[in-house]
Amino acid sequence: MERARGPRGARRALGRLLEAVLADRAEANAVFDILAVLQAEDPEEIQDAVRACSRLFGALLERGELFVGQLPPEETVMAGSQGANRKYKVWMRHRYQSCCNRLAELLAHPSFQVKELALGTLMKFVQLEGAHPLEKPKWEGSYLFPRQLFKAVVDGLLSPEEDCSLLLSQFCTYLEHDDLRYHAMRAATDAVARVADAHAEVPLAFWNNVFTLLSAVSLPRQESDVASFYVKHAELSDKWKVTHLKEHRKAFQLMWLGFLKHKLPLSLYKKVLVIMHESILPHLAQPSLMIDFLTRAYDVGGAISLLALNGLFILIHEHNLEYPDFYRKLYGLLHPPVFHAKHRARFFHLADLFLSSSHLPAYLVAAFAKRLARLALTAPPEALLMVLPFICNLLRRHPACRVLVHRPRGPELDADPYDPEEEDPAQSRALESSLWELQALQRHYHPEVSKAAGVINQALSMPEASIAPLLELTAFEIFERDLKKKWPEAVPLEFIPPPGLLGRRDDLCAQHFSLR
Amino acid sequence: MGKARATGARPKAPGARAGARGGRARPNPNPFEVKVNRQKFQVLGRKTRHDVGQPGVSRARAIQKRTQTLLKEYKERDKANVFVDKRFGEYDSSLSAEEKMMRRFALEQQRHHEKRNIYNLNEDEELTHYGQSLADIEKLNDIVDSDSDPEERGTLSAELTAAHFGGGEQPHKRASQQPGPEAERPRSRKELIEELIAKSKQEKRERQAQREDALELTEKLDRDWREIQGLLARRPPQARSTAQEKPQPDAYDRAVRELGFEMKAQPSERMKTEEELAKEEQERLQRLEAERVQRMLGTGEDQDSKAPAHVSADDLNDGFVLDKDDRRLLSYQDGKMNVQEEQNGEASDSGNSEEEKEEEEGEEEAEDSGSSDSHSDLECGEESEEESEQAPRQPPRRREAGRGQEARAAARTELPYTFAAPESSEDLRALLTGRSVEEQLLVVERIQKCHHPSLAAGNKAKLEKLFGFLLEYVGELAAEDPPDLGVIDRLVVPLYNLCQMFPDAASESMRFVLRDAMHEMEGTIEAKGRAAFPGLDVLIYLKIAGLLFPTSDLWHPVVTPALVCLSQLLTKCPVLSLPDAVKGLFVCCVFLDYVSLSQRFIPELVNFLLGVLYMAAPNQPGPGYTLVPPFRPRGKHSELLVVSDEGDVATWQRGSLSLHWASARHTQTETEANHTRLSCLAVCLALVRRCVHLYGALPAFHDLMRPLRALLAQHLAGGRHPHELQELCRSALADMEAQERRYQPLVCERSKPVPLKLFTPRLVKVLEFGKKQGSTKEEQERKRLIHKHRREFKGAVREIRKDNQFLARMQLSEIMERDAERKRRVKQLFNSLAEQEGEWKALKRKKFKK
Repeated sequence: MERARGPRGARRALGRLLEAVLADRAEANAVFDILAVLQAEDPEEIQDAVRACSRLFGALLERGELFVGQLPPEETVMAGSQGANRKYKVWMRHRYQSCCNRLAELLAHPSFQVKELALGTLMKFVQLEGAHPLEKPKWEGSYLFPRQLFKAVVDGLLSPEEDCSLLLSQFCTYLEHDDLRYHAMRAATDAVARVADAHAEVPLAFWNNVFTLLSAVSLPRQESDVASFYVKHAELSDKWKVTHLKEHRKAFQLMWLGFLKHKLPLSLYKKVLVIMHESILPHLAQPSLMIDFLTRAYDVGGAISLLALNGLFILIHEHNLEYPDFYRKLYGLLHPPVFHAKHRARFFHLADLFLSSSHLPAYLVAAFAKRLARLALTAPPEALLMVLPFICNLLRRHPACRVLVHRPRGPELDADPYDPEEEDPAQSRALESSLWELQALQRHYHPEVSKAAGVINQALSMPEASIAPLLELTAFEIFERDLKKKWPEAVPLEFIPPPGLLGRRDDLCAQHFSLR
Repeated sequence: MGKARATGARPKAPGARAGARGGRARPNPNPFEVKVNRQKFQVLGRKTRHDVGQPGVSRARAIQKRTQTLLKEYKERDKANVFVDKRFGEYDSSLSAEEKMMRRFALEQQRHHEKRNIYNLNEDEELTHYGQSLADIEKLNDIVDSDSDPEERGTLSAELTAAHFGGGEQPHKRASQQPGPEAERPRSRKELIEELIAKSKQEKRERQAQREDALELTEKLDRDWREIQGLLARRPPQARSTAQEKPQPDAYDRAVRELGFEMKAQPSERMKTEEELAKEEQERLQRLEAERVQRMLGTGEDQDSKAPAHVSADDLNDGFVLDKDDRRLLSYQDGKMNVQEEQNGEASDSGNSEEEKEEEEGEEEAEDSGSSDSHSDLECGEESEEESEQAPRQPPRRREAGRGQEARAAARTELPYTFAAPESSEDLRALLTGRSVEEQLLVVERIQKCHHPSLAAGNKAKLEKLFGFLLEYVGELAAEDPPDLGVIDRLVVPLYNLCQMFPDAASESMRFVLRDAMHEMEGTIEAKGRAAFPGLDVLIYLKIAGLLFPTSDLWHPVVTPALVCLSQLLTKCPVLSLPDAVKGLFVCCVFLDYVSLSQRFIPELVNFLLGVLYMAAPNQPGPGYTLVPPFRPRGKHSELLVVSDEGDVATWQRGSLSLHWASARHTQTETEANHTRLSCLAVCLALVRRCVHLYGALPAFHDLMRPLRALLAQHLAGGRHPHELQELCRSALADMEAQERRYQPLVCERSKPVPLKLFTPRLVKVLEFGKKQGSTKEEQERKRLIHKHRREFKGAVREIRKDNQFLARMQLSEIMERDAERKRRVKQLFNSLAEQEGEWKALKRKKFKK
C-alpha cells in the first residue's frame, strides 16, 4: 500500500519504521519490513532500504544493542530461557547478519548506484564494527577487526562473473588506510586460492578483477610513524601485525605469488610485466622469489619476453641473479617485429644497459651490431633514427668491432659470412662481416636517416651519442619536425607539368592503376 | 747647468716648429720676442704644442684684428648707413693693378651683354662671326662658299680668284691683252668687285628658289602618302563586309585577340628562330635537371641561392609562367613570312577558305612544336596539347575553335565571363558543382584570368586562396561515392599552374592538408597502436604532392613530410579488406614514383610487399622470412588474397587496377573480387620486380630480398595461379638471382690529420696616452665634447674680456684725445685773449703816452 503512493511515500514509511524500531524494542519486528524492501526490484527502493539499514544498524552498533561474541543459532536462543535482553540482542544480531549478507549480494546488482551504496554501507559497518567489536577480545589489547565482514566485501568485489573495475576503483580509495590494505591483501590471497581451486577454468573476468585490485595496492616505501587506520582504535599496540611494514610486505608477496602461480591469460601477463619493475618488485619481502615467474615469462617469446627483461634486469642487477645464456636469449629476442613493438623504447633502453659493459667479448657485440643492422633493413624511420646511433655506440664502446665498418685490404666476398639463422652469437661469424646494411641505409629516403647512416663513412668520433631522447621518437614527431623546419629559399617546384592525376605515362601509378 | 743643457738640447726647436707652422709665423723671428715654455720632463712620444710662444707677435696680431673688426663696429655703432665698396678686387692684394683693370673691363662687357629681363624672349643677344651678325648671315643664307657649288667644285672662278688673290697688276695686264669693248672703258677694281657681288647674289637667289621647290615637292609627297597610309591602315571595304557576314565576335574573343596582339606587338629583342627556341627550351630543361640533381644529392645547398629555379631573366614578375613558349613568333617558312595572327586581321582572303587555312596552319604548328620538342623527350605531343589548352593567359587555339565550335559556343553562352574569386571552399563548390568537366575547368581558368595578380593588388592573395580551395574541392571529390576521379584528373593541371605561380602558398596549403591527415591517423595510432587506411582523398593528396613538387630532393618542405606520411600508411595500417589492399598497393606505387629518380631505399615498402604476397599464399610460415607488423602470420585476414575458385583463375585477364575499387563502399561480385585479388597480386609482383631493379645496386641487396625470395620460391612460383602470374613470379626470381653478389668490405674515409693549433697573438689596441680610457666609445666621445666645449668656452670668455679691455683702451684714448684737444683750444683762446689784452693795453699805453 505504501508503494502505491510512490517512492516518496515509501521513503517516508521506511523512515517511520526505522524510528519505531530505534525508539522501542517492542517494535523490533518492523526490521523485517525494512529487510524485505532490500529484496525489492526497483533500484530506488533498494537504495532507500540500504540507507535505512545503514542508519538502523549504525545506531544499533553504536548503542551496543547487538550481541557480542560467538553467535549462537537463533532457534536455540529463542527456545532457551535466557533473559529477554539477550534474546533481543541475539535476534537483532541475526538480523544484522542477514542484512550484511544481502548487502554483499547487492554488490553484484546490475545498477551501479546500488552497488556503490552497498559498498559504502558495508564499509561504514566495517568501521563501526571495528570500533565496537562484535567478538570478545582473546586477551587484553588484542587486535580486533571485522575480518568476516571485510572478507565478504572483498569476495563480493572479486566476482568471477562480471567485470567490477569501476566498483574496484571506488574500493581502492579505501586502500590508503593501512589496516584495510593489509586485510584486503589477505582476503584477496584467500579469494584467489579459493576461486582457482573451485574452478577448473578460471574466467577471465575474475583475473581482471583480481589484477585491478592487486595493481591498486601500493605499499609505502618506508615505515611511517603514524599509521593511518580506517577503524579508529583508542591506542595502537606495537604487537599488532598491522602496524609493521614487514608484515605488509609479507602479505603483499603472498598475494602476488599466489596470483602469479596460476596460469594467466597472455594479456594479463603483459599487464603484470609492465608494472613489475615499478610497483611489484620493490615491495616484495624476497624479490628473488619472482625468478620463476620471470624466467618463465622470458621463455614465452615475443613481446612478453621483452617485458620480462625489465624485471630480470632488476633481479640481476640488484639481487645477484645468475642467469645462464642471458645474452644468447637477448640475441634471440632480436627479430623484425621488435622495431614495431609497443615497448620498443623500454627494450632498447635495457639493451643499451646490457651492452654498455666494456667487458663483453667482441664477437658478442659484433653479433648484436650485425643483427641490429640486419633488422634495420625492415625498420620504419623513427626506429632507424634510434637504432643507427645505437649501433654506432656499440662500435664506439668496443674498438675491436670497428672492423665491421673499417676493414682495409679485406678480400672481396661472394656472400655475407654472417649467418642470420644461427641462434648462438658466437657461431654467427659476425666479426668476419661488414655492416653493408648501413651502407644501404645511406640511400634511405628520409634525409635524417641517411645522414645517421652516413656516420660510418668517417672514422667514428669518440663521444657516444645519447640515444635516450631518441627512444620515444614517433613517426608523428618526425613529421611535425619536418613541417616546422625552416627552409631558406623559395620552395623548389616540379618543372615538368603533369598530364593528369596519375602522372606521366612511365610512372608506376599510370602503369598499374586506372581512373575508370 | 741643467737649465743650460735643457735649453741647449733643443736649440732648433723653435725654428723648426715655426717652419713647420708654415706662413703664419715669420721664418726668423726676433729672438727677443720668442718665449720658451720650459718643460720639466721630457716624455717620449708626447706631442708638445706650446713649447714656444711669441706673445708679442700674437698680441700685435690680435690688436690688429680688433682694430679691423671690433673697432670698426664700435665706430659705426650709431650709424645706420653702410659704405660698401663693390669694386672688383679692391681689397684683394693678390691681384696686380693691371689684372684688376682687365677683370673689371670684362665684367663691364659681360654686364653689357646680359639679358635685362629673362622673360623678354625677343631680346636675343647677337652672335657674331668676324664682327658680322650671324643672324644676318643666315638670312642671306649665302656667303660665297664655293664648296657648295657642285659644278665648280674644286675650282675657283677666275674672277673670284682674281678679285681675292689677283694682286695689283693683273687687271691691268688683262686689260692690255683684251682690247675689246671692255678695253675702251677699263673697269676699275671697285666695279669689278661690285659686278662679282651682283653675280654671286643672283646665283644664290636661283639656288634658293630651287631649294624651295624641292621642299614644296616633299611636302606634297608627304600629303599624298598620308592619304594612302590612311587607306592602307584601314581594312579594305570588302574585307569588312565579310566580317559582318560572320557572327559578331563577342567581348571575350575580342579581349583575347587584343591580348594576343598586345603580346605580339612588343618583341623586345630580335625574334628567335624555331631552332633557337628549341635549343633554349632544351637548355632550360637541362639547367633545371642539373639543379634537381644537385638538390637530390643535397650538395651545393649554399651556392644554390637562385630562388625559384624557373624564373627567367625576362620575367616581368607578373606571375606569368612560360611553361612552353608557344607565342606566335615571326618566322619564315618556304621563303614566305609565317604570320598567323595578322592574317586574321589583314588577310583579304574570302571567309570560307580562311578557316581551312588556319586549321592547316595550326596543325603544321603543332607538328613543328612536336618535332622541336622531340629531342628533349620529356614532353610528348599530347601533353603539350593539353597543357596549352589550359595554360593561363594564352590565346585560344583556333584549331579548337574550328573543331568543336558549336558545342563550345553552347557551353560558353551559359557561363558568365567573370567570376568573383571564391572566399571560401563553399563558394568554390557552389561554383563548380553541377557543371561538366570542361565547364569546371573553364570556370577555374576564368577565375584565374579575372584575378591575375597583375590586374589588381589583392588578386595574389585571392588566387593563393584559390589553390587551397581547389585542393579541398579535390579532396571532397575523392571522398564522394563513387569518387569523381575524372574531374580530379583534369583539375591537376590548374593546380599545377597555380602552384607554379604561388609556390609558397601552395606548399603551405599542401602541408596543411598533410598535417590534417597525419593528425587524424595519429589519434587512432595513439589509442590502438594501429590505424585504418585513410580515405582515397589522402592518397590523392599524396599523389598530387608528388606531381607538384620535385620528389627527388634530399630535403623538401612538402615532399619529406609526405614521405613520412606514406611510410606511416605502410607501417601502421593493417590490410583488412580488398579495398585496403588496393589502397596499399597504390601507396606503394606513389612511394616508388617518389623515389623513381633518386632511387632511394624504402624498407617499409619491401615489408609491405612481403606482407601482401604472404596474403596471397596459403599460410604456412616457412623458414627464411618473418612478417613485420602490421601483417600477422595468422589471423582473420591473413589469407585475404588467396583465390580458390579455379574458374575465376582461368577467366582472369591482366589489367590495371581501378582506383574506384579503393573506395570501401564499392561492392563487387565474388568473381570480380577474385579478379581484383589476382590483379593485386600481379601489381604486387610487378612492384617487386621494380624494387629488384631499383635496389639491385645496393650492397645489402640479397639480404634485403631474402624474405621475398624465400616466399616467392616456396609458395608462389608453383601453385594454382594463372600462367601469367607464374611467369611474372619466375621472372622476378630470375631478376633477383641475376643481381651479382659483391661484398666489398667497408672502409672508412681517411680523415684528414688535425692541424696543430696555432697560437696567434691576440691583438689589443694600444692605449694612447692622454686619451680618456676605460669607457665605451660613446662615453669617450661625450667626454671629449665636454672637454672641447669647456675649452672653447674659456677661450670665448677670454676673448670677450680682451675685447672689453681693447674697447676700454680705445675709449680712454678717445677721451684723452678729446681732453687734449680741449686743452689745446682753451690754451689757444687764452693765448688770443692774452694777445688781445696785450694789444689793448699797448694801445692804451700809447694813448696815455700821447
